[in-house]
Amino acid sequence: MADVLDPYRPRASLIHRADPRVKVVVAVMSILITAALPLGAWPSYVLLLAAALALSVAAQLGVGFTLKRGLIAVPFALAALPLVFSTPGDVLASLRIGPLALDASLAGVERFASVLVKSYISVQFAILLTATTRFTDMLAAMRALRIPRLLVVIFSLMWRYLFLFAHEAKTLRIARDSRSADVGPKSGGSVAWRARVTGGMVGNLFVRGYERSERVYQAMLARGYDGDIRTFALRPLASSEYAALAGAVVILALLGLLGILFG
Amino acid sequence: MSGTAVGSSLAAIGRIAGGVGPTGGPQPMHIPDGFLSVPVSVVFWIVAVVVIGYALRRVSRELDERRVPLLAVLAAVIFAGQMLNFSVTGGTSGHLLGATLAAVLLGPWAAMVVMTAVVSIQALVFQDGGILVLGANLFNMAIVGVLVGYGVYQLVSRALGNRRWAVPVSGFVAAWLSIVVAALACALELALSGTSPANIAVPAMGGIHALIGIGEGLITAGALVFVLAARPDLVAPTAKATAGQKALWIGGAALAVVLAVLSPLASAHPDGLEWVAEQQGFLEAARDPLYSIIPDYVFPGISNEALATIVAGVVGTLIVAAAAYLVAQGVRRRATQQ
Repeated sequence: MADVLDPYRPRASLIHRADPRVKVVVAVMSILITAALPLGAWPSYVLLLAAALALSVAAQLGVGFTLKRGLIAVPFALAALPLVFSTPGDVLASLRIGPLALDASLAGVERFASVLVKSYISVQFAILLTATTRFTDMLAAMRALRIPRLLVVIFSLMWRYLFLFAHEAKTLRIARDSRSADVGPKSGGSVAWRARVTGGMVGNLFVRGYERSERVYQAMLARGYDGDIRTFALRPLASSEYAALAGAVVILALLGLLGILFG
Repeated sequence: MSGTAVGSSLAAIGRIAGGVGPTGGPQPMHIPDGFLSVPVSVVFWIVAVVVIGYALRRVSRELDERRVPLLAVLAAVIFAGQMLNFSVTGGTSGHLLGATLAAVLLGPWAAMVVMTAVVSIQALVFQDGGILVLGANLFNMAIVGVLVGYGVYQLVSRALGNRRWAVPVSGFVAAWLSIVVAALACALELALSGTSPANIAVPAMGGIHALIGIGEGLITAGALVFVLAARPDLVAPTAKATAGQKALWIGGAALAVVLAVLSPLASAHPDGLEWVAEQQGFLEAARDPLYSIIPDYVFPGISNEALATIVAGVVGTLIVAAAAYLVAQGVRRRATQQ
């Protein structure tokens, strides 16, 4: 099921081999600790980022991989930009746009930068998790974490058909593009017309999906599906894995405490 | 949407606000981690778990087992449908979120489960939206988006009756409103977290999504027209609404009204939200007494913040270097063994 869409990066590292349950708990806790850090806790930010980078090096992904993919959340920073001007504090610079006077404060810049860095660090941990854990293993971890079984089964079946429909969507797009020569502002009628065509494509995809799901259901019935979802029992965690988990949790808790107490 | 000035600024906003996710489309409503405070994230997680848990119960009780492959495959379809876009002008493109389309074609509870699968996979696998803030993203897109889309569609299509254009028109209105209301919920969450002042976040998010919502509305209407022509049996007739469903679509429409009224109010009184945000920053508040216990301390043993950051940087570099060294050693050992 390898696909360009799949973010899993196969390597022979220790991190890849680690139990998905341990990895999911550690990743979620890292993100929680990052979010709980106060604004402007720069030493803690640096340490957490270093931990994330060390892990991506240990996972043989290279430092650049997660650093580059981490930029995905940056555009959202626009939402936090007003903080620069709305936070009271020492005025750093003034911006005048017509009748509007904007004062950028030092405290505001620090708040904005903190939000940005915290978001960046969180994404690092999320990328690390998905790049080193197969989705099927992630599903096992979700089951262990008591996520409703119906939801986990939907996730797993959805994953099975995700790449197929992504491919069908791409095929539809190629078909449209080859008919309308150039999907520019001057081609293919009005905006509303283009939107309707796209809507038709989505509707087409929907009907295909609906009919495929009927065939999938027939195939499942033929293989003995009776409405009950059966899954293999999960292997209990080894004591060494518990130790690793406890170690990671203690380190993260210490980092968080350090940040909260001392900034 | 006419005039190049509007078009180019729209394009700029689209490019900046709508980070282009790995799925190809701009996803301006997926909040990343770090933008919501811990208390706000936790509260929305609780709300999302309760509502989606209820939706899961309803789906597994009311619908036959055939629905498991149906919901899963249609979640994949919505995910893929979000990759389809059309060019508007100057590099901007319209695309789909799909909450209203799912709500109209599947009913509210099944649509909630489908959107939950879509939004969760986007966050867990593609980093489109954060993990700690997933509860809030689910609230905006899988709960508010679906309920508002469903409620408004039912209300408008009832008002329009059996006219031929009733389906696309109600689809357009419902989809547009569901996007705008979900964006207002997103803005309120950002304001509650103290990440964005309400008097800026609410009009900005609302304004951008009033435009983005047009694309959503047009695609939803087009998709409904297609499905109506190809499989009319899938566009459920609106007549067989039970009392429970009636309560639901009235609830969905009411949710739209409440958020639409609440947002300008919050926007007019940003101090109120700011105050809530301050109150919620209990971690910050909790630091103060600890400061008085350990005065003049920044990093253990070092009483200067800049110095502490530098020390942290050095320690961090050493950690990364150690990891690199260990991996290099491991790789070399394996190479010599072979």
